[in-house]
Amino acid sequence: MSAINITNVSKIYAGGVEAVKSVSIDIADGEFIVLVGPSGCGKSTLLRMVAGLETISKGTVEIGDRIVNTVEPAERDIAMVFQNYALYPHMTVYDNLAYGVKNRGTPKAEIDARVTEAARMLQLEKYLDRKPRALSGGQRQRVAMGRAIVRKPAAFLFDEPLSNLDAKLRVSMRGEIKQLQKRLGTTSIYVTHDQLEAMTLADRLVVLNGGEIEQIGRPLDVYHSPASTFVASFIGSPAMNLLRANREGNRLHFGSQTLETDRLSTLPTELTIGLRAEDLRIAQAGEQSLTLKIDYVEELGAQRLVHGNVDGKAITAALSPEIELADTIALTIAPSRLHFFDPTTGKRLPRPLDACTSTLPQATMLEPAAG
Amino acid sequence: MTHAPSLSPTSAAPTTAAGFFRRFRSAPSEPHFAKRVQFSSPFLPYFFLAPQMAIIFTFFYWPSVQAIQSSFYLEDPFGFGSTFVGISNYTDVLKSTEYLGIARFTAVFTAVVTFFSLAIGLLLAVKADGVIRGNATYKTLLIWVYAIAPPVAGLMGMMLFDQHIGPLVKFVALFGWDMKVGLNYTDTATAMIIVSIWKQIPYNFIFFLSGLQGIPVSVREAALMDCRSGFRRFRTVILPLLAPTAFFLLIINTTYALFDTFGVIDVMVKDKAANNPITLVYKVYMDGFRGNDLGGSSAQSVILMIIVFVLTIFQFRFIERRVHYS
Repeated sequence: MSAINITNVSKIYAGGVEAVKSVSIDIADGEFIVLVGPSGCGKSTLLRMVAGLETISKGTVEIGDRIVNTVEPAERDIAMVFQNYALYPHMTVYDNLAYGVKNRGTPKAEIDARVTEAARMLQLEKYLDRKPRALSGGQRQRVAMGRAIVRKPAAFLFDEPLSNLDAKLRVSMRGEIKQLQKRLGTTSIYVTHDQLEAMTLADRLVVLNGGEIEQIGRPLDVYHSPASTFVASFIGSPAMNLLRANREGNRLHFGSQTLETDRLSTLPTELTIGLRAEDLRIAQAGEQSLTLKIDYVEELGAQRLVHGNVDGKAITAALSPEIELADTIALTIAPSRLHFFDPTTGKRLPRPLDACTSTLPQATMLEPAAG
Repeated sequence: MTHAPSLSPTSAAPTTAAGFFRRFRSAPSEPHFAKRVQFSSPFLPYFFLAPQMAIIFTFFYWPSVQAIQSSFYLEDPFGFGSTFVGISNYTDVLKSTEYLGIARFTAVFTAVVTFFSLAIGLLLAVKADGVIRGNATYKTLLIWVYAIAPPVAGLMGMMLFDQHIGPLVKFVALFGWDMKVGLNYTDTATAMIIVSIWKQIPYNFIFFLSGLQGIPVSVREAALMDCRSGFRRFRTVILPLLAPTAFFLLIINTTYALFDTFGVIDVMVKDKAANNPITLVYKVYMDGFRGNDLGGSSAQSVILMIIVFVLTIFQFRFIERRVHYS
């Protein structure tokens, strides 16, 4: 167990393509870090540089106070869980688990104890003398995890380990990974493109886009105050609604429709406004509102996703299934739940209301602004 | 050996002969059950098989039966009838010291050619697999040799070993070896073996390379993280995963060394003084078509057939058990 420090790491491929651009992350001992982003954002490349499967073009990777840039993968004291499990097809489950430690000259009794322990933890005892092809997807995934556990490494690296599993198994394996990591307390880096996996597993999230870090933070912090429109649209499901608006005094004009709230004067006149689907609600009579023309409705059971448009701009609202829907509905949102972004850079702008509402917990801020 | 059903591949040996070829002919990613097709008439599949079966019968089974039959007869060289002689063709052959000497040479020749063509092919494939820059050129250059017809390869080999202009002869002369291919038994054998190996390397190279590339990258990477020694990684992960390819090549190469080296041998020893090394298949040809002893030649080819049959059974029984098919 040890800390991992990634300092100004870049990956430049032959031909000049920069897949990872000067990324720095300090990972504390025992922390569970999730690298999340769309495909091609450099998250796997970054992980593979930590693993030693890709060379590091610039910067340094330190694992437990040791710079490992030129250290062989097998000597970095890390274990990796691959997307397609990468089990050795010709070895039994037992040999798969034992292979890594056997190569390190561990005494036989010790190997046996470790394999038995890992097999018990992962409920693999019954399958120890099977070959991987005689196992189900979930069992193979467990063997891949077991192979990492048996090594007792300084860090676990997970490269989209759940993406080959079906939806239900993915949820249960997600829980198992989280529990196991908490129990073993091993520093972990986990790569995924699934924001839900990222939210549920991470101690801290690293949102990557185009080889650069968009935001690092605890899952809820990232969710509640996304640093950019990219993060806003990537984290949270359904994605945050982003609308262009013009500010005139304290009024926000969305096309022909208007919302009014106070203390907006510090903001620029051109804005991108972020509205979480789950923050939108039906306006009471007399409240100011946006009129949503409903295009279609997705029933999720516990809630209902209403897709529609406000003056031609698509908006999704998550509403309770009890609410009766007409062709058009009036939606409103608490002013404290508005997110403001710079329309050109996409960066988050400080919320002007934060100053005066910070004494109240955000979840209770449901009163509509006087209008 | 038990026939109890089990999941482990070693005890599945009774069905391996069929399994081996089925696995090789079907695409590796396709599950086998996907090939099951329903025919409207039970005769339809046989009808589809008929052309292939006709070819096999005409060119394989029928000549084999003919060979077996004529091995019990003493044929008149000019085709004026034949006399039944029982097994005396066989006893004559097996008592002949010349024949036994040729058999001994064939065994050595086959073992050496198979071993080295496999080993060098594997070595080159492993190295080519590791080449990143310009690997297409590199691979093409290695595969090229395979496009040469065996007699041409034999001819080229002859030129390499030519008494007057052969660069290899000049090269070994630097070390004091006065090589006389076609005259000296050992020298001819050496040249024959080298040319035969050289001819077969590209074939093995192609198969080993595709075998190597069939090993998932992530499995190699997992091994990279689990084992620091490259040689040990190769021995414990890469080689076992190459075993199906290697086993296939072992059989193909044994057959190659026994039969397909005919062209090479023919070019090297044709019209040469007698004391030259030849293999069993060349002896069959010599006795049958040069010596016009069709009965003895048939007996020899039946013996050869039995040798190959036993060898193949042995390979399937004892070597394929160790092979893991993924």
